[in-house]
Amino acid sequence: MKPANFEYVRPASLEEALVELAKDPDESKVLAGGQSLVPMMNFRLARPERLIDINRIPLLEGVESVGDRVVIRARTRHLALQNLSMSTPLGSLLRTGAAHVGHLPIRTRGTFGGSIAHCDAASEWCLVAGLLDAEMTVRSQARGTRTIPASDFFWSIFTTAMEPDEILTEVSLPALDDSYRTGIAEFARRAGDFAIVAATGAVQVVDGVVRDARVCLGGVSEVPFRSAAAEQVLLGQEWSPRLLRDAAEAAADEVDPPSDSHGDGEYRRDLVRALLPRALAGAVR
Amino acid sequence: MIGARALRLEDPVLLRGAGRYAADTYHAGELHMRVVRSPVAHGRVRAVDVADALRLDGVVAAWTYDDVADLPAIGFRLTPREELLPYRQPVLARGVVRYVGEPVAVVFATSAYLAEDAAERVVVEIDQLPAHIDPDADPVAWVDAEQATWAAGLGTPLPEQDSEATRFVTEYGDVEAAFATGAGRIIELDAVIGRHTGVPMECRGLVAHYVEADQELVIDGAAKVPFWNRDAIADVTGLAPSQVVVRETHVGGGFGPRGELYPEDVLVALAAMRLRAPVKWIEDRQEHLLATNHSRGQHHRLRALVEEDGFIRALDATFTLDQGAYVRTHGATVGSLTSSMLPGPYVIPNFRVEAHVRLTHKTPHGTYRSPGRYEGTFARERLVDKIAAELGLGREQVRRRNFIAVEDMPYERPIQAMGTSMVHDSGDYRLLLDKMSEGYDFPGIRAEVAARRAAGEAVGFGFGYFVEKSGIGPVEGARISVDTRGRVSVTCGASSVGQGVDTVLAQVAAETLGIPHDEIRVVRGRTDRFGYGRGAFATRLSVMAGSAVANAAAALRDKAVRVAAHELKVSVEELELADGAVRLVADPGRGLSLAEIARLLEPVCAVEIKEDPGLDADGWFRSDHMTYPYGLHAAVVRLDRGTGQTVVERYLVGYDVGRALNPTLVEGQIAGGVAQGLGGALYEEFLYADDGTPLCTTFMDYLIPTAHEVPPIEILITEDAPSPINPLGVKGAGEGGVTAVAAAIASAVDDALQRPGAITSVPIRPQAVHDLAARATGSRATG
Repeated sequence: MKPANFEYVRPASLEEALVELAKDPDESKVLAGGQSLVPMMNFRLARPERLIDINRIPLLEGVESVGDRVVIRARTRHLALQNLSMSTPLGSLLRTGAAHVGHLPIRTRGTFGGSIAHCDAASEWCLVAGLLDAEMTVRSQARGTRTIPASDFFWSIFTTAMEPDEILTEVSLPALDDSYRTGIAEFARRAGDFAIVAATGAVQVVDGVVRDARVCLGGVSEVPFRSAAAEQVLLGQEWSPRLLRDAAEAAADEVDPPSDSHGDGEYRRDLVRALLPRALAGAVR
Repeated sequence: MIGARALRLEDPVLLRGAGRYAADTYHAGELHMRVVRSPVAHGRVRAVDVADALRLDGVVAAWTYDDVADLPAIGFRLTPREELLPYRQPVLARGVVRYVGEPVAVVFATSAYLAEDAAERVVVEIDQLPAHIDPDADPVAWVDAEQATWAAGLGTPLPEQDSEATRFVTEYGDVEAAFATGAGRIIELDAVIGRHTGVPMECRGLVAHYVEADQELVIDGAAKVPFWNRDAIADVTGLAPSQVVVRETHVGGGFGPRGELYPEDVLVALAAMRLRAPVKWIEDRQEHLLATNHSRGQHHRLRALVEEDGFIRALDATFTLDQGAYVRTHGATVGSLTSSMLPGPYVIPNFRVEAHVRLTHKTPHGTYRSPGRYEGTFARERLVDKIAAELGLGREQVRRRNFIAVEDMPYERPIQAMGTSMVHDSGDYRLLLDKMSEGYDFPGIRAEVAARRAAGEAVGFGFGYFVEKSGIGPVEGARISVDTRGRVSVTCGASSVGQGVDTVLAQVAAETLGIPHDEIRVVRGRTDRFGYGRGAFATRLSVMAGSAVANAAAALRDKAVRVAAHELKVSVEELELADGAVRLVADPGRGLSLAEIARLLEPVCAVEIKEDPGLDADGWFRSDHMTYPYGLHAAVVRLDRGTGQTVVERYLVGYDVGRALNPTLVEGQIAGGVAQGLGGALYEEFLYADDGTPLCTTFMDYLIPTAHEVPPIEILITEDAPSPINPLGVKGAGEGGVTAVAAAIASAVDDALQRPGAITSVPIRPQAVHDLAARATGSRATG
């Protein structure tokens, strides 16, 4: 469990980092929190020839409101999100999501953007990005800045729309107003493990009626799964516990989950049935 | 001092980060060893080519089987049944690989990184063969005649052998006759215990260094059984045992697997001799999960003949043990202990168990904390719960009906356990159940659980009863020395795997010498400082080394009193040893300190008073029998019907250890044991794909419980049954924390589901609970 030989650079600015990355993009990896990359290197499953450490670059961390959007800079640590003082439904979702990420040492070091760029379908931040149609801003030396919506960003497990010469710099989310309620519920064998199934929801309820419904599931497919069926069940209906169960039933029917040693596909379907109402019950208090 | 909650002597060093673990050992010019391991579960090795690895700058050597062909297979330390010899493991794969992770080649380089680079360059060509991974399937051909003959090393040719390494029966009474009467009810049970193991925080590691000037091979990083390993290493290196110095460093946990003699240990020692350089090997976690002994992995089938009041007239049992690919140092220990400890605290007048030890293409198997008892207790206590359910009797009631009575102690069961005849030395099994039931208000817990169930929750209460064993002999020794400044040292052959043995031995010495335990230095775990030690396993050291220290302390006291009597011109009867000085009973102001007595025993003076020089004394303790502590575990669990998650809300342990030398350390042993037991009950299992590929090679897949998953553990230590067979009355406390966890949790989950006998295997997976809960409610559960 010692990594193969690699070259290490630690640029002082984003521009410099992009130049370094452009030298040999296919053989380089960007190091942020390192909570997935470094173990993969130690197992020699990842063997980048060059590691570009972005931890000294200024202005890559922090959460900021910009009009009706909230921008999370890519290197923002999970712990900063867990401690976020934003008293909105989005703030609540981010705090709860962060609390589910690994353990304290992992949250202290690991980053929001790193988690999204790594693209593990069970990761809380990929789910949140999928749930809220996040926009990912990426930069390269050759093509400058581009913005990719979540629906185009997540391709499959560990694979995104990012080119090897690009660095994720920030993620923009809609600043949900107080008519929204958000929630996340997940199940893992042990606290801090990647969820076997995770469910997130963001629901706008006005006068007891669902005006906007977003449901996103993790652990049921290679990328975060937006359940159109569940959203359809919820939309325009009067809010009730029964409606939640119907939505969960629709989501469970819609997914086609994989089987592994933690549980087979049918069990994962049942987890969707159990967890989605919990996520959404938290969403409308 | 005995019985005090004395602070651990070990901690000041460890808490300041001044400890020295295997990887902390450093020698200038050291080489790092890396093992090239088989990537397939079964195959014929066509070629192993190390040429490319040797071309790398900094790589000093690379060996394959041909380089170690003169070495014998790894020998047995315990339970060496002769029929197991053909299944012993070669140091490097000999033509055939039999599990993923089997050492095939080894490289030595100037850094650990380089060694890993070099290992990648070793080209191993293997023709893959079908893997046999199901121990319940019919045995298959395993080793051919040539391999069997070689591995056995008997010098006589053996025929080919199949995958059932051994089958043996342990019995007393007449099971056939009992069943033949046709009286009573027959109750059957299947119980499966998953394959798991102890995972010490510190992986294995060894550093060997041949010191030419001293003509000594110094080996650091040993654990558990340094003397046995010293002798084995002396054999393979051709050195005399007295030229091999094996030293324990600090040890970050043992639990059974750590410290046995493995192929890697032999390779490190041999390389230090051949390469004439210090050689270091530090196992990484992935290697650990592939290469260090696995354990458990049993399938029990029990058939009981039961009377209407719950009395078990006869038990006819059979089990298979998934031995993995080779039989290592433990020989048939686990199967043997499983058999002899299966009856537990119950009389069971007619008993028969047939053990089947079977090879599979998986990591080899050995002992893990409470070997055989964790498995057997799960199976037996499941059976007793089932008997209670089928006869409509209380779970406590059936146990009380079957307990060996206190009046019948000591109770001889006419079978062998670890080569000793099995005599329950003392015990009041009912009393402990009474104390637990009253102390923790079992009726109140039952009522509360029932009320919550009525309100819709899936909560349950369950328990398991067990008998442990401890204090295996044959002998331990200790020397206590007082220097001329009065400083006391205890030197002995005991080993520490982190359990606090230094503290306990110091307490035992302090009791007699009348000085604070933290003024005593304990020197152990070094083969050059004391001549003999059998090791830290089988919960033996408090009994064996503790008693040896007690005997040494008594001998030292006698010598000190004798010398003081001579000096003070009084009789020995007029003196006593107290507060580190020998004083006149009638005039405590008059006396001699231990330092003064030590000075009177300096060689020149000692001759004049006809004493051997030095204020020191040896003590030995020999034992032909084990001691049998016993206990009860109880749990309250809550099930999440939606996810199938089992949450352990309360965990209670009652344990009678005869005499608790240090209750804090006993509680620590129990708490750690419970955590490991919960791992086996709910989380841990080594799974394999059909082709023998291991699926759990990191902590993402091999799930050990964390602090989140372990509830506070409520512990009642009792001393109602001191052991009559050692001077301290002590029984060991090292394993009883783990023994009945699977049994208690399964019983509680059954109760929560209101389906007696629902749980027949561990670990209890969320999906299984979910499926059972869904069936129990007759519909798919949600919410």
